Amino acid sequence: MKSIRIGAGAGYAGDRIEPAVELMEKGNIDYIVFECLAERTIAIAQQEKMKDPTKGYNGLLPERMRRILKLTKEKNIKVITNMGAANTKAAVEVTKNIAKELGITGLKIAGILGDDIYDSIDKYKDNEILELGCKLKDLDGEILSSNVYLGAESIVEALENGADIIITGRVADPALFMAPIIYEFKWSLEDKFKMGQAVLAGHLLECAGQVTGGYYADPGYKDVENLHLLGFPIVEIDETGEFIVTKVKGSGGKVSSATCKEQMLYEIHDPSAYFTPDIVADFSKVTFEDIEDDVVKVTGASSKHQPETLKVSIGYKDCFIGEGEISYGGTNAINRAKLAADIVEKRLKLIGANIEEYRVDYIGYNSLYKDSISSPIKPESFSEIRLRISGRTKERKDAVLIGNEVEALYTNGPAGGGGATKAVSEVISICSIFIPRDAVDVRVIYEEV
Amino acid sequence: MKLKEIAHSRTGDKGDISNISLIVYDMKDYELIKEKVTAEKVKEYFKEICHGEVKRYEIDSIGVLNFVLDKALGGGVTRSLALDKHGKSLSSALLEMEI
Repeated sequence: MKSIRIGAGAGYAGDRIEPAVELMEKGNIDYIVFECLAERTIAIAQQEKMKDPTKGYNGLLPERMRRILKLTKEKNIKVITNMGAANTKAAVEVTKNIAKELGITGLKIAGILGDDIYDSIDKYKDNEILELGCKLKDLDGEILSSNVYLGAESIVEALENGADIIITGRVADPALFMAPIIYEFKWSLEDKFKMGQAVLAGHLLECAGQVTGGYYADPGYKDVENLHLLGFPIVEIDETGEFIVTKVKGSGGKVSSATCKEQMLYEIHDPSAYFTPDIVADFSKVTFEDIEDDVVKVTGASSKHQPETLKVSIGYKDCFIGEGEISYGGTNAINRAKLAADIVEKRLKLIGANIEEYRVDYIGYNSLYKDSISSPIKPESFSEIRLRISGRTKERKDAVLIGNEVEALYTNGPAGGGGATKAVSEVISICSIFIPRDAVDVRVIYEEV
Repeated sequence: MKLKEIAHSRTGDKGDISNISLIVYDMKDYELIKEKVTAEKVKEYFKEICHGEVKRYEIDSIGVLNFVLDKALGGGVTRSLALDKHGKSLSSALLEMEI
């Protein structure tokens, strides 16, 4: 029976590179997928591209390509990645030049274009923003980027045309993994169970180490060995749609039913309706079976229909956040921190800082869970406490005042405050609209070396 | 008993929505968490953090409850003032719940 093996080479933009190399050298894989594009990353990449039209792709792309291109050729492993970010064209060009530099020939590099609809976003000014409940034309803040979440289709097309390396911008994460499965087994939307399994395979792989024991360990409760050598996952899927999740033998980490369950629910709302651009998947009857150490068999996913619309992710200039921190130690530390917070609050009012939302945290006590959950867990007294004050403002000048007032506690505040830090950041937020599927014009470009 | 003794958890984020899974180590405890850890109880537990609705989804085949908390991430991951903007540590908070 025909089966293929797909590895996950990255789960976020800055992920480790060695596990990807290990997968290519020892994983006996046919495809490797690098998922490197979080929601907001593309808006930041778009700003880089505006400053320099040759930039705007993933910053680690050159290093990753230098490390893997030779292996791609030697082991005949196809590479799929969204490292194109806001500038897929430039990413294709850079990859081609690195291949040339390394003396590698006989590689076809494809770029998927069309996710970027920034130039035509005005067409959708009357569309409703999902998160804000207002129309796009009423969005308060300059739009920086607009990218459609594409599905697997154009990647499948590139594979059919013999591409060895496929670089994309915004594509739904699972689709990066579904594309080679759909291409190899020629599945269609009518294959409800198989397509559901393909989405699940992609979803389990998309965060790389998060299914092989990364983000899982809790000593004494859930032990995982050699996390510093964490191996990235492999899915081996056959033509029936059944698949196993595993990793390279001898690598660190762990694959078990439990690691798979945690990852399956990661960023999932209704498990019977998980939306991807290609199909709505149903994970509500999935089963995991530990068939040997680090090998889990996965069955039971299904799927429904194809969504009629595609989601567009819009990055915009939203606001500023100003923050300051300072630490207090020893007996009565918490009360000195509280006095400090009181001083800063009064000072900010006195100097007329214009702050939309204000927050006081005591790191070490309630910064993660606030009071009602934190209080029953807290010790009798704190050996140290770190005060953090933050605020959201419309103008940078108001955000600056917050950190300044915290810093001024050094000479003007309670006894023994130390390690003050301050920061101001411009906030680029993300919101979404939906547009008709046929409004998107996807194009595949090719370069050969 | 704390949930941590019988279950594990992971949190995910989408905009201002946090989802927190609750996964039993042993299927024999699934009916217990299904009975005790209701959406209402979770809403009350996270009252200072979650300012919207809490929905609960059940996946009987693997012994998992999935809680979806609306308006729980301080206005969304990008603009939240929280130290943990993604709410990634909320999984550990749920496991502190006494049943």
